[in-house]
Amino acid sequence: MSTDTQPDITSRPTGKVAREKLYNGIFFLCAALSVAVTLSIVVLLARDAVGFFAAVPPSDFFLGTEFVASKGKFGVLPLVSGTLLVTVLSALIAIPIGVAAAVYLSEYASERMRAVLKPGLEILAGIPTVVYGFFALVYVTPFLRVLGLPVATFNVLSASLMVGIMIIPMVSSLSEDAMSSVPDSLRQAGYGLGATKYDVSTSIVIPAALSGIFSSFILALSRAIGETMIVAVAMGLSPQMLDLSDPLSNVLGNGQTMTSKMVQVVGSELAGSDAGYKSLFAIGITLFAITFIMNLISNRIAARYREEYE
Amino acid sequence: MTQDEMTDTNDGTDPTANAAADTPDPSGDPLVDQSIDVEGTSTTEQTSGTARTVLESRNLDVYYDDVQALNDVSLAIPAKQVTAMIGPSGCGKSTFLRCINRMNDLIDSARVDGELRFEGKDVYDDDVDPVALRRRIGMVFQHPNPFPKSIYDNVAYGLRVQNQTENMDEKVERALKHAALWDEVKDQLDKSALDLSGGQQQRLCIARAIAVDPEVILMDEPASALDPIATSKIEDLIDDLAEDYTVVIVTHNMQQAARISDKTAVFLTGGELVEFDDTNKIFENPENQRVEDYITGKFG
Repeated sequence: MSTDTQPDITSRPTGKVAREKLYNGIFFLCAALSVAVTLSIVVLLARDAVGFFAAVPPSDFFLGTEFVASKGKFGVLPLVSGTLLVTVLSALIAIPIGVAAAVYLSEYASERMRAVLKPGLEILAGIPTVVYGFFALVYVTPFLRVLGLPVATFNVLSASLMVGIMIIPMVSSLSEDAMSSVPDSLRQAGYGLGATKYDVSTSIVIPAALSGIFSSFILALSRAIGETMIVAVAMGLSPQMLDLSDPLSNVLGNGQTMTSKMVQVVGSELAGSDAGYKSLFAIGITLFAITFIMNLISNRIAARYREEYE
Repeated sequence: MTQDEMTDTNDGTDPTANAAADTPDPSGDPLVDQSIDVEGTSTTEQTSGTARTVLESRNLDVYYDDVQALNDVSLAIPAKQVTAMIGPSGCGKSTFLRCINRMNDLIDSARVDGELRFEGKDVYDDDVDPVALRRRIGMVFQHPNPFPKSIYDNVAYGLRVQNQTENMDEKVERALKHAALWDEVKDQLDKSALDLSGGQQQRLCIARAIAVDPEVILMDEPASALDPIATSKIEDLIDDLAEDYTVVIVTHNMQQAARISDKTAVFLTGGELVEFDDTNKIFENPENQRVEDYITGKFG
């Protein structure tokens, strides 16, 4: 009898095998899709950028301090300096406030307070950026004038303030995750030695969560570098080279970032002209290179400061 | 191995011998004298055996939300001796320990009724600052929990937060020597504490606790995560520490309590203190039938 009912282990029904193969294929396609899209974007960007560099020498592009398409001047430096200025100023706002908010949420807030504040911060992250830009133009700039700052109608300062506020939730939420995952036993050790809550937060929790906190900075900065609508609406459309002889003027006056120039080029009659249109791709690949390098640095830093807790 | 080692350790830490060694001079330490002056002398006449009482609970109840974790606990802990708290899991022995330095404050649902006096002062009075209290009552936890910092910075941490930064190198060295760790780590003080073995980490945690020179050291099952050799080192160390400090230790290992403690408190389920007496009395001739059943392994 036992030989009759011996299970067949030599092969499965063909339908089952085919279905497994199908699933495998579908999942592979989904995983490969994002990689394929990224690669094709890079290839297309590079191809058109090469076309641009055939018309405009790379040295004129990378070292030029003026970007006036109608005059055939395509220097990217004023756009890079505009982007860096916005990034640095917004980081000055978002990093301290974001980390302090994360410390509050992770170490000080009661359960109930956290239940109110965390969703509140996440709503901040859900506001469309064009609304931030509009807010900067219509409310922040007039408010800065009330404070006595001689800002232009379109200016770097209000745009950077709003970019900073926009990225606070990224810093605070990722930093809070990192701080919350610091084991409670370390806090208890601190309290047991007579440390105050502030001591425990600053000398135990923050150092132990440093790699996560740094990662949140880099992600937030990448977001600030790539931010487009706020700066396109509130900062103006004229590229300004960083003027080191009068530092304040850089902030109070207008300027333009790489992203906002790209938006402008796409939406203007320049889209027809050859070099003007193709400058879009040269700026795009420069921006891509910058964010790519930022990501590499972020990975390095995260690995360098990764602390094990136990 | 255990049989031999246990016997060895037992010889070294005979509770009676230890108690006798302590008797002649219970208050010779200037720190203790000073604290009596500061805190008053209300409980100093009450002695437990021959030593002065440092900690005393009266009718202590603790609740976590509606669950009662300690039920009407009254006991007096003598200075410069080792007092062990034993009992089955969930009997409230750790809760009692964490009441002493108010670590239960960190748990929102915990509520404490009754009195817990440290040098005569109720630590749950409104004017007591738990941070200041914990500077005089150090704690060592169940799992070694060194900070992810260097060995030196771990020991120096308490000194830094308490602003006792003068002669820091000397204090760090003294604490490490006292914790019997100095010879193993003196050449690698700037190495990460996480590179040490579990037993070394726990001795580091003890060094960290004694660096700030507290009066009392609370230990919450300090050897339960360690292997037998590391455990016996910790036990020897506890014996040494009792010369300078009042040690209160929670353990679920009855042999350990018998080896190292002078006094033993037996908690049984429901957070009830069933018997508190000299350790040899508890283990050789307990008054309470339930304690005898527990000690002899009939339950728990």
